Amino acid sequence: MLMLPAAMIDGIMYAAWLFLVAVGLTLIYGVMKILNLAHGAFYTLGAYVAATFVGFWLAGDYNPYYSYLLLLLAGVIGGLILGVVVERGILRRFYKEDQVVLLLVTYAIFLILEDVVKMIWGVEPYIISQPYGLLGSFNIGLLYYPNYNFVILGAAILSGVGLALFLKFTRPGKLLRVVIHDREISMALGINVQRYFLVTFVAGSILAALGGALTAPTISVAPEIGVEVIVLAFAVIVIGGLGSLPGAALGALIVGLVRSFAVHYFPEVELFSIYAVMAVVLIVRPMGLFAAAEPRKI
Amino acid sequence: MSESIVLISARNLRKQFGAVFAARDITVDIHAHSVSGLIGTNGAGKTTFVNMLTGYLKPDQGQIFFDGQEITGRPPREITRMGIARSFQIPQLFDSLTAVENVETALGIVGKPLDQAQEILARFELTQFAGSLAGILPEGVRKLLDIALAMVADPRVLLLDEPTSGVDSSEKFEIMDRIMKIVREAEVTAMFVEHDMEVVRRYSDRVLAFYDGAILAAGSPEEVMQDEKVLEYIIGRPLRAPLAQEGAHA
Amino acid sequence: MKVSSMLRQQHALIALLATLVLIALGIGLSSWQFVVVVALAKGLAALGLVLLLRCGLVSFGQGLYYCAGAYAVGMAMSYLGIRDLVPLLLLATVSAALIAALLGVLLSRYRDIFFAILTLAFTMILYGLLIRNPVLGGSDGFNVLSPGFFLLADGALSRRTMFIITAVVVGVSIWAVQRYLATPMGRLGPAMKDNEIRVEYLGASARRNIFWNYTLAGALAGLGGGLTSFSIGHIDPDLAFWTTSGEFLFIAILGGTRNAYAPFLGAIALELIRSLAFQYVPNAWQIVIGVSMLVIIIFLPGGLISIARLWLRSSARGG
Repeated sequence: MLMLPAAMIDGIMYAAWLFLVAVGLTLIYGVMKILNLAHGAFYTLGAYVAATFVGFWLAGDYNPYYSYLLLLLAGVIGGLILGVVVERGILRRFYKEDQVVLLLVTYAIFLILEDVVKMIWGVEPYIISQPYGLLGSFNIGLLYYPNYNFVILGAAILSGVGLALFLKFTRPGKLLRVVIHDREISMALGINVQRYFLVTFVAGSILAALGGALTAPTISVAPEIGVEVIVLAFAVIVIGGLGSLPGAALGALIVGLVRSFAVHYFPEVELFSIYAVMAVVLIVRPMGLFAAAEPRKI
Repeated sequence: MSESIVLISARNLRKQFGAVFAARDITVDIHAHSVSGLIGTNGAGKTTFVNMLTGYLKPDQGQIFFDGQEITGRPPREITRMGIARSFQIPQLFDSLTAVENVETALGIVGKPLDQAQEILARFELTQFAGSLAGILPEGVRKLLDIALAMVADPRVLLLDEPTSGVDSSEKFEIMDRIMKIVREAEVTAMFVEHDMEVVRRYSDRVLAFYDGAILAAGSPEEVMQDEKVLEYIIGRPLRAPLAQEGAHA
Repeated sequence: MKVSSMLRQQHALIALLATLVLIALGIGLSSWQFVVVVALAKGLAALGLVLLLRCGLVSFGQGLYYCAGAYAVGMAMSYLGIRDLVPLLLLATVSAALIAALLGVLLSRYRDIFFAILTLAFTMILYGLLIRNPVLGGSDGFNVLSPGFFLLADGALSRRTMFIITAVVVGVSIWAVQRYLATPMGRLGPAMKDNEIRVEYLGASARRNIFWNYTLAGALAGLGGGLTSFSIGHIDPDLAFWTTSGEFLFIAILGGTRNAYAPFLGAIALELIRSLAFQYVPNAWQIVIGVSMLVIIIFLPGGLISIARLWLRSSARGG
């Protein structure tokens, strides 16, 4: 009978991770209407930068509790630099193309970045598990959960709430919401949409890199981690509604719980179930459960 | 006119968009071989009527019959295949194809041999544009091409949505002459939505005046254009006296 | 009609010539046979994609049918004991086509980004099904034995014969698709991409047209998957992972969407690029591919086939 609460807690923890990883993707789509396949590469890069920073730190025998700060720093710095370089250097040349061409452009960027990672860090996996185990764990009966999961949960909640507050109450946030809702009207209102593109893309990159950085201690950091994450993130934001922040949270929760229940009760359908839910939502309600922008009727 | 058979019959059409009544109980008959002009202010319901006839919109209530068969709510491609074709206010062409390829596409869909394309272009006097991409053609030519595409299927009814809008006023009559010549030769029943009263007066033998979702008046151009209500709501009355005589201050 | 029968003969002639040239090259450069066979198989999947791209649809799911075709062959060999190449390839093509028809009913209602994402979802669904399925080999997949071919005994199919068979299959496919593209239905693609509403108003059903294109695309990918399974001798769920579909997409863009030859040009070019990249910059071959993709998008949106056609035209004119 321990299965049910275990499945639920697992599901929520996984959902938190999913949200963290996916929220940047939905933000970028909402503002720029670009489905950024390179998101997976930003995630990977964040993980590698984190592994490098923490690796040096721990090798130098410094206070291991500061490694958490380093994880955050890795995500922010990695995402910032990469975001600026990619947006200014490559992406902006293609803004006039249509959505599907841009999808292919981000795919090309993804391929390029994957190799960049391999060139810098090689193909052998990096393991920095100390921050993961350092915080100990807690028990619920016979179930054992590393406390590190709360770091991820906390990061997810913070970023979600932070973004929500930013969009709702700050001036740039409100302008971003206008851009998300209707790009043409926002241009007609005089909003410098292109400048917001840079900011948004960088923010999305930072969030992706942060996701990777915070995940790094829990996995073996290898070049392939990006390809699987990207489709999971896709599933999350599609279910919730492309461009919707609450949608990303709902999508993450749904995917997290579905996967968790699959893993606990029917492990054979773990991956299948996630994409099946995604397909069902796309079929029944293509705009997602929280449609962010209304489709314009001619 | 020996034929006075009713080709299209609309009965009690209603259509509402939120608080806007685009069609309030419209009932009208269109006779074979007639040329009807649809006039009215913007938003009066002319285009909604055309859209319902061609299957783009489904009326909330009411029925439409074409040659005895009910066509209410059928999709555009079925209605086209039954014999009602339309042109568009903003010409709907295949911009990345040449003019002749546009016509060939239409011919292919209808099942006619592709070599008829040049002949069709010639009929509309568009031969010189055959090899040009549709996207870069001048507006008047695009309008004619749009109508040419509609005519490929040898329709019995042709609905023209503002055929002269966006066209230089000096060319309006030339274009309408060309269109109407082809329409008459093909013995097509025509309806056109138009804002220019001169065009309406010259080319239609029947006028339907729309206002606020209803048909205000229907009849010959002379009757309708002198109708009190039509003058009041749609056309407007001529000014009584030039301003200068009233001693206006500077 | 004189003109159309002339064109038909022309199609057949050109396809035949191309096949013969390919076979001659293959026999001459025997070390390239394996690479080219795999490239041609992928080219078939990309050919299906070209049909969809012409309609304005991007699919991230051709891998689904490629994988289905491959697994159909593998399963038929293991469980039904079928060893002859022809029925196996037929089975691969037909089973892929059936799945495509089923999904096509649904997918033909979607466009743009939703179509792309849905196709991605379905291919990942197959991946998910296969990877956790121990009966079909799970994530390791399973090995495919060498088939027989008419009088040749099982397993006696030499690499060279396999190459020739593949070249012939591809030649026939190119011919068939070229003819299809000359029919009114085949010509409708670019028109639908431009203005789907007008197509409907001219009396055609865009949905039906997309359905048939999608089914044909699936069939071609299934055929390619079947051919691949023989050539490589091993199949695994990675065929259904989205990156495989991504590779087909890249091939289609590299080659162009102008005609049925283009994707094969793209496929062979990709193998060339990949081999060269491996040789000179082994750690950066994905960078080379990614950059090539960007270059093509900016400078040569018509793909390599547009260069080929210019070259052919100028040499025909009298170079």
